[in-house]
Amino acid sequence: MKPIARPLALATGLLCPAAAQASVDETINSVVGAVTGPFVSFIFSPIPGTSFPWIVLWLVVAATIFTIYFGLIQFRAFPHAIALVSGKYSDPDDAGEVSHFQALATALSGTVGLGNIAGVAVAVSIGGPGATFWMILAGLLGMASKFTECTLGVKYRNEYADGTVSGGPMYYLSKGMTGGKATLGKVLAVLFSIFCVLGAFGGGNMFQANQAHAQLTNIVGDYPGWITGVIFAAIVFSVIVGGLKSIAQVTEKVVPFMGVIYVGAALIILLMNFDKIGWAFGQIFAGAFTGLGVAGGLVGALIQGFKRAAFSNEAGVGSAAIAHSAVRTKEPITEGFVSLLEPLIDTVVICTMTALVIIITGVLIQDPETGLYVWSEASGRIETLGDASGVALTSAAFGANISWFPYLLAIAVILFAFSTMISWSYYGLKAWTYLFGEGKSQELSFKIIFCLFVIIGAAMSLGPVIDFSDAAIFAMALVNIVGLYFLMPVVKAELNSYWSRLKSGEIKKFG
Amino acid sequence: MSQELFVVAYEGDDDSGSLLDYAIARATKEGAALHIVHVLEWSPYSFLTPQEVEERHARRKEELARAKSAIIDPAVEKASAAGVTATGEMRYGQVVELIAEIARTKSAAMIFVGRSGSNSVAARVFGSVPLGLAQIAPVPTVIVP
Repeated sequence: MKPIARPLALATGLLCPAAAQASVDETINSVVGAVTGPFVSFIFSPIPGTSFPWIVLWLVVAATIFTIYFGLIQFRAFPHAIALVSGKYSDPDDAGEVSHFQALATALSGTVGLGNIAGVAVAVSIGGPGATFWMILAGLLGMASKFTECTLGVKYRNEYADGTVSGGPMYYLSKGMTGGKATLGKVLAVLFSIFCVLGAFGGGNMFQANQAHAQLTNIVGDYPGWITGVIFAAIVFSVIVGGLKSIAQVTEKVVPFMGVIYVGAALIILLMNFDKIGWAFGQIFAGAFTGLGVAGGLVGALIQGFKRAAFSNEAGVGSAAIAHSAVRTKEPITEGFVSLLEPLIDTVVICTMTALVIIITGVLIQDPETGLYVWSEASGRIETLGDASGVALTSAAFGANISWFPYLLAIAVILFAFSTMISWSYYGLKAWTYLFGEGKSQELSFKIIFCLFVIIGAAMSLGPVIDFSDAAIFAMALVNIVGLYFLMPVVKAELNSYWSRLKSGEIKKFG
Repeated sequence: MSQELFVVAYEGDDDSGSLLDYAIARATKEGAALHIVHVLEWSPYSFLTPQEVEERHARRKEELARAKSAIIDPAVEKASAAGVTATGEMRYGQVVELIAEIARTKSAAMIFVGRSGSNSVAARVFGSVPLGLAQIAPVPTVIVP
């Protein structure tokens, strides 16, 4: 908890001269970097004798096993998932309850965010265009992981007398794993909750604040990160502590439109350059298997693609199970079906759009003679136009064709960042109250720490923040997937029962 | 011959008094029964925060209880006191569609709706409840000023 002590000094730092303010950033950076370093190293340590991080393999193997175990459920159940979201199976008497569409939209607002904009830019600039191929594959496989965890989230949630519900991996790990596995289940639930709180502070908060600040400086010029941090923290505080629902409600309503505008702009750029689309896919496929001379080659592209996909769609991480478990439905499996659309929308559609725009607009510098991408040893990635990275690279790519788009992107980034923070403050809070019990003081302490991490995130340089974000999110997956292996027969039983009742006509269509 | 049924699209606000009075007067004269419907505007395609998702079921129960005690029950009692057979119903959804659907399923003879709200800018742009009913109602509809 050492890092949170630093922002407390910011109250006095507000009156400091500029040089002293700049050093506040550096101090926070070095302190947090040092504290989180060992944790990050452990999570991303490679399999002995290779450069492949064991945690990435862990996620991909799990997604593949779920895909096989449930018989390609992501393709088999896809039409039914669409029917559920469009309300064809919704009982009119349940009108006024949360619909499948709303559950999906709420969960998506937590995942569609900077991972789709900045994360993809990071993946493509380090792993080359080939990373896109592995990202899409990971997205498709991840649909099965999401299906498994969200079904369990609803099945084992806690329902309280006042009508509210709490659910998520911590509940299915502790309630679902019974008999000889009960102790293991309880340990996993506690571990998950700890990692979830860290993930809420990392990927759900610091990464978002950091990239929102990056985009703002990109537009208005450089200024200390803590200023963005303090403003963001104040707004987040007013919503999650002050109960100022209007901001959250406006954000939740605007974000989906931003998503549509983002995909729309990407489509326009692709249409403007439609002669290059074939070439771009060629680069993606060639890069996926040869690396196109990018450092790390195939493995580098694969690792980056899988890492970014996992960080973007969170399949196997368990966060979506918290969001979906609040939905009222008689059939837990229906939430699983609906949730499998998330990685499809998030990764296969939106992330691919970002990657294609970056590849097509030529912001990644290629050697004109060899056609290979120019590797910059100093920055550890492909050289880019204007030496942009992260969200600035995506912004440059969109700006290459639509000059005013970076301004719109800045607004989108801030709104995406904000909605993701609001979602993760909820996920983190659920894990926190699982650990420390429900209660006003427990909730308040979590929310205040969460706001302090907003400032830390905005003040740090990208390196330590993105590393910690990744590590915390992947650590959640480490525990969650162990539980999913134990509980996947439960999901299979639910699936078989539902599927046979659907085929026999016992489950009725209303629309 | 069975008793005729009039459906009343009842908002329950200050302007709804004259609507209810008129519907009661017509029902008394025709010997008809009243079915008083209050619709809570709701779209399954709106966006909610995670907190709102969690609390939705509890909020729905509260909203239904409040609508019943503050809007429907007093209206039904008023009609009954005037000697008219009256029932009440609360529904979630789009007002125009639901009122038309209820009138159809209950084989109502007429719909009564208040004019209130039709002066707002939103109503002028997107169409108000009485205008919507005028277009899709399956039975004669009376718009009460």
